[in-house]
Amino acid sequence: MNQAYEISHLLAGVMLVTSFALLYQQRVAAVLNTFAAQSITLALAVAWAAWSQDRPDLFITALIALTLKGIVIPVALHRTVARLGIHREVEKVVGVGVALMVGLALTGLAQALLFKVTHGTASHAREELALALAIILMGFLMMIVRRNAVTQIVGFMSMENGLILAATGARGMPLVVEVSVAFSVLIALFVFAVFVFRIRERFDTIDIEALDRMRGDRR
Amino acid sequence: MIHAYQIVVAAPYIAALVLLAIPGYRLGAIANVAASALTFGAGLWLVVSERSVGDYAIVDEFNIVFIGINTLVGFTTALFSASYIGHEIETGRLTPTLLRFYHAMFQAMMGSMNLALVANNIGLMWVGLELATLITVVMVGLYRTPQAIEAAWKYFILASVGISLAFFGTILIYLAGQPVLGEGVPAMTWSLLQAAASRMDPAILDLAFIFLLIGYGTKVGLAPLHAWLPDAHAEGPTPISAVLSGLLLNVALYALLRFKMVIAGQPAALDPGPVMIAMGLVSLIFAAFMLYQRRDIKRLFAYSSIEHMGLMVFAFGMGGPLANFAGLLHMAMHSLTKSGIFFAVGHISQAKGSQRIADIKGLSVTHPRLAVAFALAVLAISGLPPFGVFTSEFLILTTTFAREPWLALLPAFGLLIGFGALLMRLQDTIFGEPVGPAHRVDASSVPMVLHLLLVLIAGLYLPPALIGWFRRAAELLG
Amino acid sequence: MTGDLVMQFLAQGVQMFMVLLIAPLAVGVVRRVKARLMRRQGAPLLQGYRDLAKLLRKESVIAENASWLFRSAPSLIFALTWVAAALVPSFASGLMFNWAADVVALVALLGAARALLALAGMDVGTSFGGIGSSREMMIATLAEPAMMLIVLTLAIAAGTTRLAGVADFFIAEPLAVRVSLALSLVALIIVALAENARIPVDNPVTHLELTMVHEAMILEYSGRHLALIEAASYLKLVLYLSLLICLFAPFGMAPASAGVGGWAIGLLAWTAKLLGGAALLGVWEVSIAKMRVFRLPDFLGIAFVFGFLAILLAFLARGALE
Repeated sequence: MNQAYEISHLLAGVMLVTSFALLYQQRVAAVLNTFAAQSITLALAVAWAAWSQDRPDLFITALIALTLKGIVIPVALHRTVARLGIHREVEKVVGVGVALMVGLALTGLAQALLFKVTHGTASHAREELALALAIILMGFLMMIVRRNAVTQIVGFMSMENGLILAATGARGMPLVVEVSVAFSVLIALFVFAVFVFRIRERFDTIDIEALDRMRGDRR
Repeated sequence: MIHAYQIVVAAPYIAALVLLAIPGYRLGAIANVAASALTFGAGLWLVVSERSVGDYAIVDEFNIVFIGINTLVGFTTALFSASYIGHEIETGRLTPTLLRFYHAMFQAMMGSMNLALVANNIGLMWVGLELATLITVVMVGLYRTPQAIEAAWKYFILASVGISLAFFGTILIYLAGQPVLGEGVPAMTWSLLQAAASRMDPAILDLAFIFLLIGYGTKVGLAPLHAWLPDAHAEGPTPISAVLSGLLLNVALYALLRFKMVIAGQPAALDPGPVMIAMGLVSLIFAAFMLYQRRDIKRLFAYSSIEHMGLMVFAFGMGGPLANFAGLLHMAMHSLTKSGIFFAVGHISQAKGSQRIADIKGLSVTHPRLAVAFALAVLAISGLPPFGVFTSEFLILTTTFAREPWLALLPAFGLLIGFGALLMRLQDTIFGEPVGPAHRVDASSVPMVLHLLLVLIAGLYLPPALIGWFRRAAELLG
Repeated sequence: MTGDLVMQFLAQGVQMFMVLLIAPLAVGVVRRVKARLMRRQGAPLLQGYRDLAKLLRKESVIAENASWLFRSAPSLIFALTWVAAALVPSFASGLMFNWAADVVALVALLGAARALLALAGMDVGTSFGGIGSSREMMIATLAEPAMMLIVLTLAIAAGTTRLAGVADFFIAEPLAVRVSLALSLVALIIVALAENARIPVDNPVTHLELTMVHEAMILEYSGRHLALIEAASYLKLVLYLSLLICLFAPFGMAPASAGVGGWAIGLLAWTAKLLGGAALLGVWEVSIAKMRVFRLPDFLGIAFVFGFLAILLAFLARGALE
């Protein structure tokens, strides 16, 4: 039994590492590849949970994560970047070092928070939840510190990865997990595709600074 | 046996699929109205049928009113949209293909909101809200101007973050309920969670509520999480602004309140009251001041929505039977009034061809009936008697004054400031020399008038059934 | 008793000299693998020994303004590195001086050696020496904290800072797949690459002074001084490889009480693992390009982040068990 938890924590830990890797990358293509790696790791983690917790319905979630977020979406975004001539470099609000440090702080915060609060729950669920919360916060951080619209999308999707991990860690959460996963992925994809195209039609870059000039609040 | 709530949720989705296939926009608009009428009928049937609690759906005193209002406003907005949209095609802002999507998405959004209202499973509630939000995001960007896209993007980012945090809060609630109710569906069923709340770990409930407050609070438009609201209202089509302000904010607040009921059942947990009071007051006063500088009429009323949502959250934060009752009443009244105002704004923007307040002057000369309706609507939303909004605001202020006299000064102050701003703007638009074009207004005034009438009636006489429902819900809120 | 003491002494001596003997061979393996992968013949495996012998025979030419530091640094550096390398448990844990093999002491010894080398690089006043020294110190500023975090993580896991104790702990535990250990491994590999001046941090065979870090510091050395410094760098490679093996792949290591048979097996295992690691290093160096110097802080930052994460997660695991 211990072995099962060790492996699930290892996979969750690798996902956390990919979250850091996302912050580290300089090029949009590298960001997309790292995101694909994170999604594949998520698929593995969910599949492992499906096998070890004896919940076959989670295999579907793993499959969705693997195909949609591990393959289809990164490929689609790669094509979009190439076709729309989006900046290949990631415009940064803060440097890599600062971002990584803040990421570390967030990981520590997530741990401290969850450990103070969840005294009654099983220790393994707590660990996994702490890692998942750290991944969520780091996805959020990525959305804040990177200015390219594509990387903001990737940041959001890595947040979603963390959420799915958290939902898997909470033992026994019923079929709704699959429903919400499928929905959020499908509709998110639809929205992103629509958006990125529309943004490109209007601007020459997908730099959010350029968007900011349109801020309506000043009217 | 088909239940009313199943129709209320399923009919809009089926209609959405049908609407995708309908080519002509006129036929599509009519079909939209028909579908909304059907849903409204189902909603009425639901109101009079018996309460039920199932694994996935619940119909109790709390959501009965909101389902009724949701379906009603959906119907009237569909009516308004049917007549309004023709104008948009003429001015070239929308194409017939986009309109097909518009109608389909309209129905899908209504279905999702109904799903969120009817759901007894906290996961389903989240799914409904997320779907509705994402659909409105696309709708806000419908006009495809740079400003519209920027507004939709901002909305999307903030809404997504809100959704994610709310989902994490949902997971935490499940985690709290799991040791008590067992794994699986029971630990995600709201009615069971609420009943078993006293046995759940208070620390987890605290953390969960914080995530839920921030997550769903973003959707409600609480400051400082409100940044998406003004742009989204200003750049989207007017029917969408009406639905956003009148319905979606309410549904988000409803979800938040469902969770507050769970927390209220656990006395050892953190009292969410002070936080809610603080956030509500900040929203209220901030929005009231922001009303002064607005130059776009839709933005003006968007901030008014923030102000009112702040007041509601303040009321629920105060807690206690009277404040909760007042808050619930205010939710209902605001929903009707604000959507009515946006209908009027739609008419005005068509009449004047612009949304800028500077371009809208002298309506009493060019469009007298519209001017009267608009004036009444603004007076209603400012909280003047005999409209329903006055009743709820008055109740909130008096109960706050009875319990914490000094505290009551703050919302009163905010409301007065807001009142002043709205009156100033009203004066500008209604009186004075007419400026600019004066087009004929094609859209039907029936929805707007209907809403105003309802609010007026509610201000004069509240049916006892309604009072009973609100009272029971207020009890649950703690 | 005395026989036992003699055996202990012998074993410790074997470890000391094995490390020194095998160092040039390890470097030879790295070079050979690289050459073969690049479809060259490559120098023979024993070239390292011949290089050292050649350098020892040659005259040592010293600049006029060199100080005593310049003259004495090579021997000091060699001594420090040799002691450090000799302390890392190789084929047996629990040898005679294993109480001195403390990870913190190890870091201190290596730090002292590095400081001396950097000073020696600046001693003669050439600009290339200065470049090398400043870059070396920049790398050290980032790598050393990472190293400390790594050793602390391992110490937390094993409950002791004695290397032999850590090795024993990891031999005893079944292959525990723990996140913090995996992170420490990656971080230690990055630090090892940085400390040994390997690609992607520094190219050991470059002749372009502006790209040098380690080589730039020793440009002025020749003859026996250069031999000592080269030997020290070989020893450092063996040290890090041996450290990685001892911490993360300690199977085959003889426990404290084993006899000569156990030691022989341990020695064989250790040699095999060491040379295997050297071969892997060769493959790695051929596969990756050298990083630009201004990206080095980012790269070493990864090691630091991983080290920090490893500690955080170690506390996580600890906290969960309470």
